[in-house]
Amino acid sequence: MHSKTVAEISAGLQQGEFSSTEITQVFLDRIDRLAEGLNCYITVTAEQALEAARKADQLRSQGKAGPLTGVPIAHKDIFCTQGVKTTCGSQMLDNFISPYDAAVVERLNDAGMVMLGKTNMDEFAMGSSNETSYFGPVKNPWDQKAVPGGSSGGSASVVASMLAPVSTGTDTGGSIRQPASLCGITGLKPTYGRISRFGMIAFASSLDQAGPMTRTAEDAAMMLNAMAGFDDRDSTCVDKEVPDYTANLSDSIKGLRIGLPTEFFGEGLDPAVADTVQAALQEYEKMGAELVDISLPNSGLSVPTYYVVAPAECSSNLSRFDGVRFGYRCDSPVDLEDLYKRSRGEGFGEEVKRRIMIGTYALSAGYYDAYYIKAQKCRRLISDDFKKAYEKVDVIMGPTAPSVAFNTGEKTDDPVSMYLSDIYTIAVNLAGLPGMSVPAGFVDGKPVGLQLIGNYFEESKLLNVAHQYQQVTDWHKQTPDAFK
Amino acid sequence: MSLDAAEVAKIAHLARLGIDEKDVSDYADNLSRILGLVEQMGAVDTRDVEPMAHPLELAQRLREDAVTEVNQRELLQKNAPAVENGLFLVPKVIE
Repeated sequence: MHSKTVAEISAGLQQGEFSSTEITQVFLDRIDRLAEGLNCYITVTAEQALEAARKADQLRSQGKAGPLTGVPIAHKDIFCTQGVKTTCGSQMLDNFISPYDAAVVERLNDAGMVMLGKTNMDEFAMGSSNETSYFGPVKNPWDQKAVPGGSSGGSASVVASMLAPVSTGTDTGGSIRQPASLCGITGLKPTYGRISRFGMIAFASSLDQAGPMTRTAEDAAMMLNAMAGFDDRDSTCVDKEVPDYTANLSDSIKGLRIGLPTEFFGEGLDPAVADTVQAALQEYEKMGAELVDISLPNSGLSVPTYYVVAPAECSSNLSRFDGVRFGYRCDSPVDLEDLYKRSRGEGFGEEVKRRIMIGTYALSAGYYDAYYIKAQKCRRLISDDFKKAYEKVDVIMGPTAPSVAFNTGEKTDDPVSMYLSDIYTIAVNLAGLPGMSVPAGFVDGKPVGLQLIGNYFEESKLLNVAHQYQQVTDWHKQTPDAFK
Repeated sequence: MSLDAAEVAKIAHLARLGIDEKDVSDYADNLSRILGLVEQMGAVDTRDVEPMAHPLELAQRLREDAVTEVNQRELLQKNAPAVENGLFLVPKVIE
């Protein structure tokens, strides 16, 4: 039962094959047995889950169930959950019980979903391997020596190991797509502004976006239906109609023009990953799509640009953690400055401190133009490349990550080599476009993801294109032996 | 661009981050490496490019100046490290 997709659980509940209480118990039992080894959950909310499942079963008996009512889910621990510990993977918030729900959590609760728990993540979503978490690294279910990717590594690990049928993630520079790729699941980062950021602990506000992490594109479409929509509590949430994302999944993709950026297939890409991606592209050709070579000439600037924009925004956002109103406070501070400095110095981990310092430096007097304004100008060049490309093609494809999952500890000594794990995903955040990763094969027994990038608000098209691939391949149906 | 220990100490102070003396050289090394990466931006001419602050280039919405939040002092102060009579406590600031 644990291998069912969201769509299958939804159908099973509707047909009365099992109750929400039964399926919730199945996942809670698996979590009990298997979660600790992977370190994928920070908090498990078993009691609340069974209570929510009972409520969902009751709603169903009254004929008030929607498509997601009674379906279990895990939330990344970056989303505030009322009355439940919300840590953001940090010692800073180890004692934080959120007084309210994030908009995403509220919407999915209203849809009747059952929260199983909160997933592990890189501290404040800063990392690409889930090794910066205060709660320890998460393991990749396909190879427990390897990282699951990050920052939504726990969310990817729970779906790949079937310790939840679906999870939420957030993506600032690739944090949904890269772990989805490394764990062999489907991950969707919608257009910037499509989903409310209210109650999602802020990292870099002009880049952050929430999205679903699932086993199939169909499940991602069902989830986006419930997650997307306007919210006046997030000033950058876009007031735009939410289509039914499941409506066009079955459309033919004959004649679809797929752009292949030459920059995504050059130096730095593992040749075996390149071959796997090429094989996926051939599947698309067989389905009648046309492959078009394109160029994103400024995409090489994306990693440097991101490591100014994101740290600058993070240094500002994380100034709220001051040891006064909530979060970690150091022991016996001698004065206010000591309170600030030690609370922040002790409460934040190394990577978070590095990024706060880079951002502080880039925004400081005398350096602002050379770093921050320069980065914003580069951001426009990167974004304009995509605009030009979409005059010629419908979607853009390439690898999600330059390699399969690397081993724990392999890149922790060199932040720059870690940053390059996101070389193909970051440009999408800088431009604000929607992107996906879908399973496309294996190299040395570890999953490879195919990245799909769409034009603004064309999530329906992306989901359709991903779903069609999943009709002719079964990579997304593979599950790791240790978790069958 | 390479940062020395004094610059790292200054940045840490601006960010109100307490850094152990023994870690300063590690930070200097890593931050310098990151700035080395960032400086690849210098390779392109951006003289006539308008800076981009927001991916969708939308203006910030305005709303009526009306009260939308209710007072939840007790609930919100439950997470505070030190509170007395509804006030947040910090070390003495004025002698």
